[in-house]
Amino acid sequence: MNFLKRTIPLIIAFVMGVLMALQYYVPHKLSQDLLEVVTRWDRIIAGFAVFIGAYSLFHLHWTRIKRKVEGWGYSAFVFFGAIITLIFGLLNGGKFFWNDKQDGTMFDWLYYYIQVPAGATIFSILAFFIASAAYRTFRARTNESTVLLIAAIIVMLGRVPIGNYISQYIPAVADWIMAVPNLAAKRGILLGVSLGAIATSLKIIFGIERSYLGGGEQ
Amino acid sequence: MRKNSNFFILIGTIGLFVCINIFLMASGKLPFSSDGFGIILGAGLTLAIYSFLYKDNPAFKIAENLYVGVSLGYTIIITWFNFLKPDLYDPLIVPIFSKTATRDPRYALLIPSLLGIFMLLRFSKKLSWLSRWTFAFVVGLGAGVSIPRVISAFILEQIKPSLNPVFSGGETMLSSINTLLIMLGVISVLIYFIFSVEHKGAIGKVSKIGIWFLMISFGASFGYTVMGRLSLLIGRIQFLLRDWLGILQ
Repeated sequence: MNFLKRTIPLIIAFVMGVLMALQYYVPHKLSQDLLEVVTRWDRIIAGFAVFIGAYSLFHLHWTRIKRKVEGWGYSAFVFFGAIITLIFGLLNGGKFFWNDKQDGTMFDWLYYYIQVPAGATIFSILAFFIASAAYRTFRARTNESTVLLIAAIIVMLGRVPIGNYISQYIPAVADWIMAVPNLAAKRGILLGVSLGAIATSLKIIFGIERSYLGGGEQ
Repeated sequence: MRKNSNFFILIGTIGLFVCINIFLMASGKLPFSSDGFGIILGAGLTLAIYSFLYKDNPAFKIAENLYVGVSLGYTIIITWFNFLKPDLYDPLIVPIFSKTATRDPRYALLIPSLLGIFMLLRFSKKLSWLSRWTFAFVVGLGAGVSIPRVISAFILEQIKPSLNPVFSGGETMLSSINTLLIMLGVISVLIYFIFSVEHKGAIGKVSKIGIWFLMISFGASFGYTVMGRLSLLIGRIQFLLRDWLGILQ
């Protein structure tokens, strides 16, 4: 049983890892077809994974309702929103879900008038929280934090007309910050992250990194 | 007493919102159609979410939970139409059950279907170990695909422009300085991230330069993010003033 529970997953990860790493260096149609097939398989599996996320969210809110924890009534709106969207999505404007997606249906209406405005508003509200957090934390206590503060202010002013009114050099300096020191630091971070990603990938392929197998017995 | 006043503020706000919408529809500023009601709903959600800036309240919580529910439903439906239907249902299920199908079923798709079902067995106490096969497939595939592509796109392609010649003829003094600064920045940031060597002496000095580059980059990213959020805020205010109230043209 240990063979099925531990050894087979390690073999699968090793075979898939080596196969796909080598695939990149084989410029043959078969190799390209293999990439296309496994990418499609990956998409299908990701499709199933969505149901795990949905179950998890429903389970969380159902438990809140069942246990009547404080504010449990709001969880009903999660079910209400999800069920309404699912019903109209599956109805697909009267053509039902087994046909191609139709345009201009109630499902699209829910997207345009609930998801888009609510999503944009929630993200825009972060502008206030960022400003408030910046006010509390952006104190020029050290030289490094002063540099961070000055860079942030120049970039912010450089992106709005008032920056140009204050000085015509501010937009140019903002562009220079983005194109030179910011680029250099981002490139350094990216190189470090890439080397880390390669090391982690190799550890996964050779079975050294096994955390994806999860806990549980054996 | 305070709870009562909050309740009256909420009811009053909702009442005012209803009155405004009745006026807008009666005056013809909003069409009496699904689009008109959609704009009202969008405006209501926008105001409900912004009400959190005053304090946490039932209107915000309802809008927030409704948004989560609709997003979940939307994700499931889009996953079906964009992934499961074209990649699994059409090439495998339709040819098996439809007599008019013009192509043979692709039985190879049973493998990812099985792996997908194995993943759902995560919730079974006895068979949850089968989900490891799926995770091993996905993780192994991701690891294998990423190694050569990361080397190519994120290492070689990033090193190449970092090592541009400072003077090759034809460039301005400023561009040469910029090239030098980029090289200095990349090297110093990389040295800062080497934790296996104590940051003392020359290494310490170079890593200090790396910290300065990082601070400028974090500041720039912060400024950029703030401006991005502000443009979303402007977009929402435009929606309220133009699409809903019709004040802006």
